[in-house]
Amino acid sequence: MVTATKTLLKVKDLYAQFTGFGGARVVRAIDGINFSLDQGETMGLVGESGCGKTTTCHAIFRLLPPAGRIVSGSIEFDGQDLMQVSDGEMRNIRGRDMGMILQDPMASLDPLFTIMDQVAEPAHHHRGIRGGTLRERVVDLLRSVRIPSPEVRMREFPHQMSGGMRQRIVGAISLSGGPKLIVADEPTTNLDVTIQLQYLNLLRDLQQETGVSLIFVTHNLGIVAKMCDKVAVMYAGKIVEQGSVRDIYNNPRHPYTQALIQSIPRLGNKDPLYVIPGQPPNLAELPTGCAFHPRCPFATEKCINEEPPYVSFGDGQESKCWLSVEDAKNG
Amino acid sequence: MKTFIAKRLLSSLVTLLVLSMIIFALVRASGNPAELLYEYPGAREEDIARQTAAWGLDKSWPEQYVSFVWNIARFDYGQSFQYGTSVRSLYFDRLPNSLLLAFWAFLISMVIGIPLGIMSAVKVDSWWDSVGKTFALLGLSVPSFFVALLLVLLFGVKLEWLPFLGKAEGFFDWQHLILPSLALGWFFSGAMLRLTRSSMLEVLGSEYIKLCRLKGLPETVVIVKHALKNSFIPVLTLAAVNLVVMINVAVVVEVVFSWPGIGRLLYDGLINRDFPLVQGVVVMAGVMIVGTNFVVDVLYGYLDPRIRLTR
Ligand SMILES: Nc1ncnc2c1ncn2[C@@H]1O[C@H](COP(=O)(O)OP(=O)(O)OP(=O)(O)O)[C@@H](O)[C@H]1O
Ligand code: SF4
Ligand SMILES: [Mg+2]
Repeated sequence: MVTATKTLLKVKDLYAQFTGFGGARVVRAIDGINFSLDQGETMGLVGESGCGKTTTCHAIFRLLPPAGRIVSGSIEFDGQDLMQVSDGEMRNIRGRDMGMILQDPMASLDPLFTIMDQVAEPAHHHRGIRGGTLRERVVDLLRSVRIPSPEVRMREFPHQMSGGMRQRIVGAISLSGGPKLIVADEPTTNLDVTIQLQYLNLLRDLQQETGVSLIFVTHNLGIVAKMCDKVAVMYAGKIVEQGSVRDIYNNPRHPYTQALIQSIPRLGNKDPLYVIPGQPPNLAELPTGCAFHPRCPFATEKCINEEPPYVSFGDGQESKCWLSVEDAKNG
Repeated sequence: MKTFIAKRLLSSLVTLLVLSMIIFALVRASGNPAELLYEYPGAREEDIARQTAAWGLDKSWPEQYVSFVWNIARFDYGQSFQYGTSVRSLYFDRLPNSLLLAFWAFLISMVIGIPLGIMSAVKVDSWWDSVGKTFALLGLSVPSFFVALLLVLLFGVKLEWLPFLGKAEGFFDWQHLILPSLALGWFFSGAMLRLTRSSMLEVLGSEYIKLCRLKGLPETVVIVKHALKNSFIPVLTLAAVNLVVMINVAVVVEVVFSWPGIGRLLYDGLINRDFPLVQGVVVMAGVMIVGTNFVVDVLYGYLDPRIRLTR
């Protein structure tokens, strides 16, 4: 059956940067990214530390840290360009139409307020739900994230919860306003390994039940295969390759993606884990040409001097590499 | 809760004991008060010796210390050397005056320090923040005697708007109160401002405040409900200690304005080597600080569920 899918989010030519030392140092954290996400779709955003994943998430919420700002580009969300809406309207969109799950469950909840209070806030402020209805909504939300005896637990405080529970509560908060999009920024990185899988299953189930779209940030491609419909691979502020999970895994075009796939830990494999040689680049002093060239085994003279263009293959796969340019020519 | 109270009581006692030793030794370092009698013409060696013995200063230090502590335990601070009356009654006679001055100074320091601190944290690196930081710096670095003298010169001498010496009869003598309250409050408002600002900045940078904003909460809810409540605990502690300090050791301001409070009493005691008086005032201040800290700790329990439940 073919269902008509609608694009929920379309990010076009987005640039964002951090300025420090009175403008003397500019970090181009997002350097012209493009991607789109359909309703109900899950996209994985992967890349090494510091490549701009978190900045991308915050840019969608138009909420960068004080030193950061969106330089140009557009973020079409649910039929309007978020770059054009007023600050007040943007605040209403946050929490109501999009929810976020942060990386650190221990620090994400306000220690001085009850779980009930914090889960209720988006529903209260954005949907005008009050009183008994609000309480029921909180109980439902907590139940949906599998908090046992929610009527009791909701009166407790964050410090009475385990890390896994707190992260599930943050999940409930992200759903509280009834959003169309959830952005989860490495939600399981700080959880115990045993709880990670549980959380991922929960997220996937919730996503299937509610039909929200999900952007899932991680640096583990293995998790992406389990969770996502498509993947965007980021390197030094740019998306260097994107496409459906199947295409990216079976036929990675970009050397960086290939290296990432090689470094996925595999069960029963006794070989030492493959590690990508070298360091991710400093975003304030990017290498010339292709930013990956100092670490790329296939780098040529051309890669050092000229930045490769995006090359599209069938089925939405795109890669930003001179090798892909050749591949495309040869068909 | 019971063990908590027991532990707190014990540590408070130890604190007070250490304080009593320090002040006991310090006052004695200033010399024998009986020797001040040499300033009177005709004072002889044996007069000095007699006076020394009358005050019990001829006994060994350990003996003196034990009787000092033993008396304190019975709320007896001894007789003042200069006034010859009990230190306790001297203290409690002056206390209302000091409370009055401290109350207004405290209010001024809170009303200036806290809102300005919040503003400079919320609008960090803005015009507001520069005003706040400058103010905090002035508050902390301009000595209060200087501020006091400036106020006296401007409003008392030059403009002749306000009286600046002493205190009139009657509880609601606001005219005599204004200048000393300002001078005393000024100094503490700088400290309040700095602490409010830094505590607030720390909270504003936290993940949970980030999540509040990502939830799309109105900025007033983020600041007033979440950030303010979280940043208040250290501010509360400082405020409580400040209040005790203002009540007991507002020496400079009380001397400049001849305010008949405990600070003046302490000053007189120090100048005249009035050991029981100085010891009494310092121990009273110590008891108050320990007591206020205890109350503040219990208040934390209401503010912070983590403290409430771990006890
Ligand atoms: N508040 C900030 N001020 C200045 N620079 C920043 C700030 N936050 C991030 N950056 C810079 O922006 C770049 C991208 O950071 P970002 O947090 O988006 O990376 P990330 O991909 O999420 O990394 P990680 O996997 O470590 O979370 C980094 O190089 C970082 O140095
Ligand atoms: S453009 Fe060159 S350096 Fe960059 S990834 Fe492709 S082959 Fe490697
Ligand atoms: Mg990140």
